[in-house]
Amino acid sequence: MTEDDVVAQLEDSMTIGIGGWGSRRKPMSLVRAIARSSLEDLTIVSYGGPDIGILCATGKVRRAVYGFVSLDSVPLEPHFRQARQQGTIQFTELDEGAFYLGLLAAAHRVPFYPTRAGLGSDMMTMNPELRTVASPYPDADGSSEEFVAIPALRPDVSLIHMNRADAGGNGQFLGPDLYFDDLFAKAADRTFMSCEKVVATEALLDEGTFHTLKIPRLFVDGVVEAPRGAHFTECPPDYERDEAFQREYAATARDPEAWAAFADRFVHAPSHAEYLHRVDERAAERDAEGVAP
Amino acid sequence: MNAGTDPATLDEVCVVAIAEAFRGDGEILCNPIGTTPIIGGRLARATFEPDMVMTDTVAFLVANTLPVGDAGAERLIEAWMPYRDIFDLLWSGRRHVVMGASQIDARGNQNLAAIGDWRRPRAQLLGLRGAPGNLVNHVTSYWVPNHSPRTFVPSVDVVSGPGYDRVAGLSAAVRANHEVRRVVSNLGVFDFANDERRMQVVSVHPGVTVDQVVEATGFELVLPEVVDETPRPTDEELRLIREVIDPRGLRRAEFGG
Repeated sequence: MTEDDVVAQLEDSMTIGIGGWGSRRKPMSLVRAIARSSLEDLTIVSYGGPDIGILCATGKVRRAVYGFVSLDSVPLEPHFRQARQQGTIQFTELDEGAFYLGLLAAAHRVPFYPTRAGLGSDMMTMNPELRTVASPYPDADGSSEEFVAIPALRPDVSLIHMNRADAGGNGQFLGPDLYFDDLFAKAADRTFMSCEKVVATEALLDEGTFHTLKIPRLFVDGVVEAPRGAHFTECPPDYERDEAFQREYAATARDPEAWAAFADRFVHAPSHAEYLHRVDERAAERDAEGVAP
Repeated sequence: MNAGTDPATLDEVCVVAIAEAFRGDGEILCNPIGTTPIIGGRLARATFEPDMVMTDTVAFLVANTLPVGDAGAERLIEAWMPYRDIFDLLWSGRRHVVMGASQIDARGNQNLAAIGDWRRPRAQLLGLRGAPGNLVNHVTSYWVPNHSPRTFVPSVDVVSGPGYDRVAGLSAAVRANHEVRRVVSNLGVFDFANDERRMQVVSVHPGVTVDQVVEATGFELVLPEVVDETPRPTDEELRLIREVIDPRGLRRAEFGG
């Protein structure tokens, strides 16, 4: 599949889960394909990074569901901040662990999982739809402890990015952390996976042990080969974050004209290959300008 | 700089004050967040809390003392701890986290989510992150490098990490898990070790007066009869900070260095 083939499977008002974490191993070529599509009113469920930022800045987001939104080396995601401060998006802000339980509940097809996370905090105030549930198993003193019932976070479609995959949809992560990508895949009705490189099934153990094969094709509906598909987020061991590019992305939030120029050149590049070409061109310009990497 | 002879600077006093928050913790995950807290945590383990486990800030528990800000440092990996396992571990309670606070109040409520009305904030910050879950599961301490009436406030705009008033009505299990052990700022050390569970002054850093602390705090602090001076680092602590844990001096960044 191509990125545009994936977008053709999406519809307005869908809930889209996006894997990765902050500015790490995000399916950015798929995110850009959504950004340049006509889709609108999306609910984005994500351990948020530039995926949420770009989709907010391009007007695709009706609601963002997150525990945080950060670019890691740039702690605050400026485009997301702007959307929140201008009140242009609805939001569901959860404790990071509660978010995990919401994905787990969806993956397990139960309506909620109980947790103490959120009790006493403004997570309950900010999300008045959250309910508590009493333990059906009384404590020794006969009382029943109250828990927050974190509702299932069920995406219509999840998008994840892996280091390797086979054509049948078996995915492999080679970096230090899978994050919650397997849960995003299991929680969603359908999942599309981009990867750095499609390899033959018999080559899946060439670069990592069997422990890295955490995305079975059971949970994947389509594969997109996208080398440097997570750019500018990191995708170890294939590449680190492109910090210089990320700084430029972040700086565009200060000035609508700068954002329009950035979006025109990079976000709206008509294909992933053309995007990479423009990124490399920009890196060469930066070298010529003598900007530190 | 000559370790052990040059006198300690404020950043080093703060590092030691943070390290002291972990005293007595034993075999738990020592999980300080941010450069100065990480130096403090690593110092605690390198000296008086050798059983604590610590991450490399990526996805591994490492047994050796790593220098901060050096991704290439050799790591003695003792376990793999990706993010999902951090949540499983923190729900077990075997963790002591040091977080930042954009705002903190007299009862220990912390805000790192947003400034102003959260519906449409004046300044959107990180979001709730893991603070709600941390506070009701294990010990938490805070590091606030910019002590002022804007950070030590009468009432926080958003409660990310609940303080003592917010958990008073919750279950016995939550109250047993909840402890705001220590707040370290650039002016002093604070805790909640009184019957009212209100923030009190434990010590002021060398060169800082109690009046200065009171002036910089937007609520009434509990003042014990005797306020100590925050202990200065020992020669061995200075050597570890300067030569082993932070040879590049990254700790000075939060102190205008």
